[in-house]
Amino acid sequence: MPVYRSHVLVCGGTGCSSSGSSKVREALREELARRGLDKEVALVQTGCHGMCESGPIVVVYPEGVFYVRVQPEDAREIVEEHLYKGRIVQRLLYREAGAVEAVRKYSEIPFYAKQVRIALRNCGYINPDNIEEYIARDGYQALAKVLTEMTPEEVIDEIKRSGLRGRGGGGFPTGMKWEFCRKAKGDKKYVICNADEGDPGAFMDRSILEGDPHSVLEGMAIGAYAIGADEGYIYCRAEYPLAVKRLKHAIAQAEEYGLLGDNILGTGFSFRVHLREGAGAFVCGEETALIASIEGKRGMPRPRPPFPANRGLWDKPTNINNVETWANVPPIILRGGDWFASMGTEHSKGTKVFALTGKVNNTGLIEVPMGTTIREIVFDIGGGIIGGKKFKAVQIGGPSGGCLTEQHLDLPISYESLTGAGAIMGSGGLVVMDEDTCMVDVAKFFLEFTQAESCGKCVPCREGTKKMLDILRKITEGEGKEEDLDRLMRLGVWVKEASLCGLGQTAPNPVLTTLRYFRDEYECHIRDRKCPAGVCLALISFHIDPEKCIGCTKCARTCPVGAISGQVKKAHVIDTGKCIKCGACAEVCPVGAVFRK
Amino acid sequence: MGKRIMSLEDLRRIKEGAQDQTSLRSPKDKVRVIIGLGTCGIAAGAREVMRAVLEEIEKRGLKDVVVESTGCIGMCQNEPLLDVIRPGEPRITYGRVTPQDVPLIISEHVVNGRIYAEKLVGRAD
Repeated sequence: MPVYRSHVLVCGGTGCSSSGSSKVREALREELARRGLDKEVALVQTGCHGMCESGPIVVVYPEGVFYVRVQPEDAREIVEEHLYKGRIVQRLLYREAGAVEAVRKYSEIPFYAKQVRIALRNCGYINPDNIEEYIARDGYQALAKVLTEMTPEEVIDEIKRSGLRGRGGGGFPTGMKWEFCRKAKGDKKYVICNADEGDPGAFMDRSILEGDPHSVLEGMAIGAYAIGADEGYIYCRAEYPLAVKRLKHAIAQAEEYGLLGDNILGTGFSFRVHLREGAGAFVCGEETALIASIEGKRGMPRPRPPFPANRGLWDKPTNINNVETWANVPPIILRGGDWFASMGTEHSKGTKVFALTGKVNNTGLIEVPMGTTIREIVFDIGGGIIGGKKFKAVQIGGPSGGCLTEQHLDLPISYESLTGAGAIMGSGGLVVMDEDTCMVDVAKFFLEFTQAESCGKCVPCREGTKKMLDILRKITEGEGKEEDLDRLMRLGVWVKEASLCGLGQTAPNPVLTTLRYFRDEYECHIRDRKCPAGVCLALISFHIDPEKCIGCTKCARTCPVGAISGQVKKAHVIDTGKCIKCGACAEVCPVGAVFRK
Repeated sequence: MGKRIMSLEDLRRIKEGAQDQTSLRSPKDKVRVIIGLGTCGIAAGAREVMRAVLEEIEKRGLKDVVVESTGCIGMCQNEPLLDVIRPGEPRITYGRVTPQDVPLIISEHVVNGRIYAEKLVGRAD
């Protein structure tokens, strides 16, 4: 028997034969003969390797190299590279990549590693249109528990023990709120779910309603039992059509299963839920305005007291909580208030959902324990700033919140810490800004929003936000005066203190915090008539760096007003008198020679 | 109203039945393809992906595959997200899926059980 230096085994099992192994064997034989290797390399046909999925399979000994999905065209490469030159053909190697074990778990993905998902426990896991999938993950078990094992007072105690506070932004202790309503006199009481989420860039409640509507319904039913209500309303924005659709479906399903309606689980407790669609006024997120809107009146707030717990919907005692607050209730009942209170900080327990947006790599919806730092959120979970740029600020709490800076990166997030820094928890919008953001422009943007959404009922909010916005516009247009900053500050404080409802009381926050942390930027706009970030158009001009310009003429051809001149392969120049600052030249420049100043 | 839950016993029975359906899958069970149809997913093109999945399943005449929807799981930057759960295996998530990826995911993972590394995000288990 001749001695061969190498054996090439070609699978001839049924699987590999059907995937063409005989053609591969023939091709290998031809190539070996062509290279004159047929005397030193043996070609062997074998039986099945059991990996028919990856066939045709070729194994080369003595190395024991395992090639998969070999085609006749690959024969030449195997012979020339591997058998002739001794180099293994990497691309044909069997890889473990297709194995489930090789895939990293969610918990190993940085985006999820620091998250604790309680309110979002089912979002993205279950089919929101199928109540049984919710039930499979302990759904309605908490309702069953309170109805059969707990008195309303015990439910309230459990919620108090958990330390749960209003997730809509106010941060009022939920258990206390329930207790006030429980103790209020009245034959008829209501619970309301505030789903009028309206902050720009915020979508926490929307995602819960779309992804896990039953958690909100169950939470409401538990709350209704605790305070003694038999009817509830969900006030949801009409701009959330998918949330509305899924809620309607969920309510109908829960009624069909007898988990809403009369005599739930045969316990004698009855609870019905109605859905009201709001027309999208931001102020209707304020509880008294929301109640007015449900009643069919114009959505405007009224002075408190009396609080809704005593005089709410149709003047009956009413308990109103936000979507995320309700969604937290069932897990607290099932796992106990102590479990929930074991997470978070001294006064802010549990977790909080944030909508992470802006100039951050991983935008999305996150849920982290209270006490997590802004650095962890922006850099660990958010994956840092897009394009490796420098972090500048983060706007927390939407248009009612404030801008926090680099010095706050290690601030553990809680209701108290954020208020102390001039921001608020708000509903949980988190907008990340990089070095290219002008803070005066940001303040103007958010104030434009709140000013437009002011209902106009009280003077400080109606007139104050308008005047503040006028001053901000002046500053961004280069017309600002030194004394404007103090005036802005004074107006801001007045509006905050004198406004009737939360909208006016928080509207100045973006202005006040940016004034506090980025006063130099305001001063630069006023004194030097410059926008350091190059955003405020009235204060910048476009220029071409003659060192970088390659004279490709692209900018000159793109400019809509013919403001750019220059010869081919020579540096071009922008006539700032003609330039309308549209930025088209900067977009087309292939070498980034156009800059703002 | 056969589904009406009148007691804790009823609730427990439905829960067990539903758990059987969703987690304790036997090998003869179906492969589940789950598409994130939250607002973020839809905005990123999840409906087109869903249509591509349905077309591919029809084209291949696959019988043991069910297509389901779910809400936002938070990784909105990776939408459209598509999950595949083969019987007895963990939930594998793909991100930024385009209709062009769908035939590959179906042929590689759904049919042949090989994970399609190109758009892989991770596994939930």
